[in-house]
Amino acid sequence: MAKPKVAFYWNASCGGCEETVIDLNEDILKVADAVDIVLWPVALDFKRKDIEALADGEIAVSFINGSIRLEEQENMVKLLTQKSGLVVAFGACAHIGGIPGLGNFWNRETIFERAYKGVPSVENPEGTLPQERTTVDGCDLTLSEFYDTVKTLNQTIDVDYYLPGCPPPPDLVMNAVNAILQGDLPEKGAVLAPAKALCDTCPRRDSKPEKISISEVKRPWEIKMDPETCFLVQGVICLGPATRSGCGETCIRANMPCRGCFGPVDGVADQGARALSAIASILGLEGEENMSEEETQKLVDQIVDPAGTFYRFGLPASLLRRKKM
Amino acid sequence: MNQFEPKILGFCCNWCSYAGADLAGTSRMQQVPNVRIIRVMCSGRVDPTFIIKAFEAGADGVLIAGCHPGDCHYIGGNYKTIRRISLLHNMLEQLGIEKERLRLEWVSASEGAKFAGIVNNFTERLKELGASPVKAQ
Ligand code: SF4
Ligand code: FES
Repeated sequence: MAKPKVAFYWNASCGGCEETVIDLNEDILKVADAVDIVLWPVALDFKRKDIEALADGEIAVSFINGSIRLEEQENMVKLLTQKSGLVVAFGACAHIGGIPGLGNFWNRETIFERAYKGVPSVENPEGTLPQERTTVDGCDLTLSEFYDTVKTLNQTIDVDYYLPGCPPPPDLVMNAVNAILQGDLPEKGAVLAPAKALCDTCPRRDSKPEKISISEVKRPWEIKMDPETCFLVQGVICLGPATRSGCGETCIRANMPCRGCFGPVDGVADQGARALSAIASILGLEGEENMSEEETQKLVDQIVDPAGTFYRFGLPASLLRRKKM
Repeated sequence: MNQFEPKILGFCCNWCSYAGADLAGTSRMQQVPNVRIIRVMCSGRVDPTFIIKAFEAGADGVLIAGCHPGDCHYIGGNYKTIRRISLLHNMLEQLGIEKERLRLEWVSASEGAKFAGIVNNFTERLKELGASPVKAQ
């Protein structure tokens, strides 16, 4: 029997998702034995035309990482959808927008101004900006359109499953691959990770009291963080209450709070709003009835970048999707 | 004459503000018709998601009305609301939505006139601000 065909593709991403495939270690050999990889730009020399030559639906599953910033990315994922039985959004960027999604605080114009003119290390006296079409020595050169807004994968194509994480941990990847090979998949649209919030599986959860009150917000570099106590108890913003578990708590174990890369738990429409709600409730909880307006404002202002903190990974997937400008 | 009529979504807590809004109505106070009211049990029940969703759905302004501090039926619901709205104000500004579009007010069951005044004043202010930037996109 012919082996199922699998494609890996990348869009606006950092390469970390490719790394996680390598991090499967010996397991990658089992995967390579079981499937036939037809596309993997980081490692294998297949081209777009090779995909075009396949029949519709011939690829069993495409794992697509990265968010969608360019027209070329949109075209490629549309082609992959047509050729694939299943599409898995692989990693935070494809799932909820990821770090490239922070670009949604700007638009094309402001990003180009900054990147091609404003950055001190750039020398561009004529102020040339990337063009979609230019003629050089009689030759027409084209570049893909750069969109104003970064989109998640499912804002661009129909996605069957999601593997969350920045990057997704190898055990979840392996579980997903096995589930696909065995045809043992949950309902379409499922996130292939536990449904609970991170606090439920956190190694520090026993140090988290019933009632937490933050009287002063601390940024990780401002204090020496205790390696065993819940970050919120230490005044450090942790998105564990509003983020899906399944990551293996790697950041927490490295003594860094959760930044939210796994996205919201099932049934939550807006991860940032959920996180904001949880954090605001415990800010100055102790003695809240005596807090003056000024004191409240001062405490709230200690969260210097709420949008960047609560939507660090998920701005494109949030209800508002971007800054309005 | 194509005068802009802002759409306001109002969340009123069951125990004080909804009764206050009701009093404004039964006393036939003059009040502009720009607010649509949703009754919630407590201002603390207003999840920031509701507010963001309202803006996303095209509201020009969102009004949260609850019991005066100290009077919340659930003792401390409105204290949390104060902090949520304050943090949300900061966050909405970063996302290009002016903080004046989100108002938190205290209205007791006997303050019908106050409620009507808030609605009139908020509507005026939103007319000056213009349509929500969310709609423009
Ligand atoms: S808030 Fe963070 S540190 Fe505290 S229990 Fe939750 S995930 Fe763990
Ligand atoms: S019941 Fe009115 S604010 Fe809580």
